[in-house]
Amino acid sequence: MDTAKIKMAEQFISMVPHCKALGMKLTSIEDGVAEMELAYDKALVGDPETGVIHGGAISALMDTCCGTAAMSHPSSPAGTATIDLRIDYMRAATPGQAVRTRAECYHITRSVAFVRATAFDEDKDRPVATASGAFTVEGK
Amino acid sequence: MALKRPEPVQIVKQRRDAALNAIVHGVPYVQFLGIEFDRRGDELTAVMPFEDKLIGNPMIPALHGGAIAGFLEVTAVIGLAWSVLWEELESGVIAIDDLASGTLPRQPKTIDFNVDYLRSGLPRDSYARARVNRSGRRYASVHVEAWQDQRSRLFAQATGHFLMPPRSNG
Repeated sequence: MDTAKIKMAEQFISMVPHCKALGMKLTSIEDGVAEMELAYDKALVGDPETGVIHGGAISALMDTCCGTAAMSHPSSPAGTATIDLRIDYMRAATPGQAVRTRAECYHITRSVAFVRATAFDEDKDRPVATASGAFTVEGK
Repeated sequence: MALKRPEPVQIVKQRRDAALNAIVHGVPYVQFLGIEFDRRGDELTAVMPFEDKLIGNPMIPALHGGAIAGFLEVTAVIGLAWSVLWEELESGVIAIDDLASGTLPRQPKTIDFNVDYLRSGLPRDSYARARVNRSGRRYASVHVEAWQDQRSRLFAQATGHFLMPPRSNG
């Protein structure tokens, strides 16, 4: 993937208000594959007794990462929007740890991009969540 | 047998609002998205007032898919927790003083959540209602619908499965 496109993706994500508010970071991007990180933040806690991050924040991370993977695919001319996204929560993310996710656009047609993603905390052997979704392929 | 005199309406409302308040305002992420709940009897409507930080596409502008997913999931979890709490509160298994002193009932945990994005979320206030389709001892299935200006024009819907917390009364 050329550096101009990478720069564009980084800039694009840093400009999205909701990603900025959550503190999401793009850590890697290649053709059809994206990696993002969400730092632990007390403001995103869903269960005050345990300090575990709310599933909704994980959803936002995975949605963004999947959309970025769809857009970074060589056959994708421009933007994208989520058609549907399914998330399976395997376990609670460990409080205090960042959540990292990797999304892969494994198939793309003229109108739909199919994407899947996995999220981990510091324990790389036990996924926190997996996601799969369909995204629109927008014309230039 | 003499009929028991119904409680004054203010007492009943106070108790129910305090219970709802306890499960909504204790959760930081709910505050982060700015979600409030409007209660009519046992029916809840979640309201997410528009804020710039919810935007996902600054060009259109449109709400972020993740903010919409978060809104729907919060509506589902609170709606489910509320339906359980309502029963326990009305039957007297849980007293309102327990809630006030901070002993919150454990929340349901999301197993999976499937969101359909039907149209883009406009920069307006969003509303959502959850319907508990099945609530068993261990598992529950909840459907959520979200709209903005028109109730009949949904902009997103979702179905989720949840693991229920162990009940307080065995």
